[in-house]
Amino acid sequence: MKERTVQLEVLRYNPDTDTEAHFQRYEVVCQEEWVVLDALNKVKADIDPTLNYRWSCHMAVCGSCGMMINGEPKLSCHAFLRDYEGVIRVEPLAHFPIERDLVTAPDDFMEKLKRVKPYVIPKEKKPISEGEYKQTPAQLMKFRQYSMCINCMLCYAACPQYGLTPKFIGPAALTLAHRYNLDSRDGGRKERQEVVATHEGVWECTFVGACSEVCPAHVDPASALQQMKITSSIDWIVEHLIPGGKS
Amino acid sequence: MAKSHKPVVWFPFAAGGTVIAFFIPVIVLLTFLAALGHVPAGLSYERMHAFAGNGLGKLIVFGVVALSLWSSAHRLRCTCYDFGLRADTLAATVLYVAAIAGSIASAVFLLRI
Ligand code: SF4
Ligand code: FES
Repeated sequence: MKERTVQLEVLRYNPDTDTEAHFQRYEVVCQEEWVVLDALNKVKADIDPTLNYRWSCHMAVCGSCGMMINGEPKLSCHAFLRDYEGVIRVEPLAHFPIERDLVTAPDDFMEKLKRVKPYVIPKEKKPISEGEYKQTPAQLMKFRQYSMCINCMLCYAACPQYGLTPKFIGPAALTLAHRYNLDSRDGGRKERQEVVATHEGVWECTFVGACSEVCPAHVDPASALQQMKITSSIDWIVEHLIPGGKS
Repeated sequence: MAKSHKPVVWFPFAAGGTVIAFFIPVIVLLTFLAALGHVPAGLSYERMHAFAGNGLGKLIVFGVVALSLWSSAHRLRCTCYDFGLRADTLAATVLYVAAIAGSIASAVFLLRI
């Protein structure tokens, strides 16, 4: 196996002692096929145990290892060293407050996720004795792609609108609203529209499309938001222009 | 939180985007060819003039021009916003007024044919 010495430049911040974040350089001997997360793990194990960052699965499913790598939001377990030359700059996810080193506070995203009611709100409630809510494969395919989100928040770090207007509900949360709206078992669209069809909802989006470019799960949040703009516009026409259409 | 009235400006923007995608590249190409003196026979001045003289023709030309202008104005407004120009009301007013002025001008010219 080939070895390579990698220079990492990692943002450090300790809220107890630092007034400002600063970069720290590490020289790490790595295997050629490693990912950035492996390099960080090696730093923590052999060089500097005080370094903080989040990770869990090491296989791009848990969504906890998101970082800015050379300025781009990436899953560090999916950022291969062979794709980088020279010094690799590792920073916490943009647009979120730094808690410590590479660890950010995801509270804002969590709160927004709750607001879009990301769960099935059954069209009609029925007792368990009546059995399950059935769904055909075709009905599943309508929303499957939008259900693949791993809540990694890379799309929030990539979205310039979220950076400029923190009130924006943002790509992943709105996409999940869309996922449930498209679910044949769900009847909660009207409730979700109270959040989705507002200025802070889909209308804050200017279709930059960066969310879909960085999404590691190929969710394509930008497409979900544009589809929601169309349905919200149709709602608006029904509510305002068609007599008796006001719901 | 109140629902947004953005659809008023967004719907014509989306329609204009579709029009732009379909028509503008062709129009640009044809204009370029015409500038070089190569006018396809079916698109001669007389035929185009007759097309714009017909009521339906006027409506089509106006639709393409007005929707494309509106779409471009809205896109520019969004671009200003993306670049952090937060005077959104001002940008929107200037750009939409320009689009509306252009549309009125095209209506006036069409009606004079
Ligand atoms: S939509 Fe994609 S980028 Fe955004 S949180 Fe979900 S998986 Fe991550
Ligand atoms: S560690 Fe789970 S996604 Fe990277």
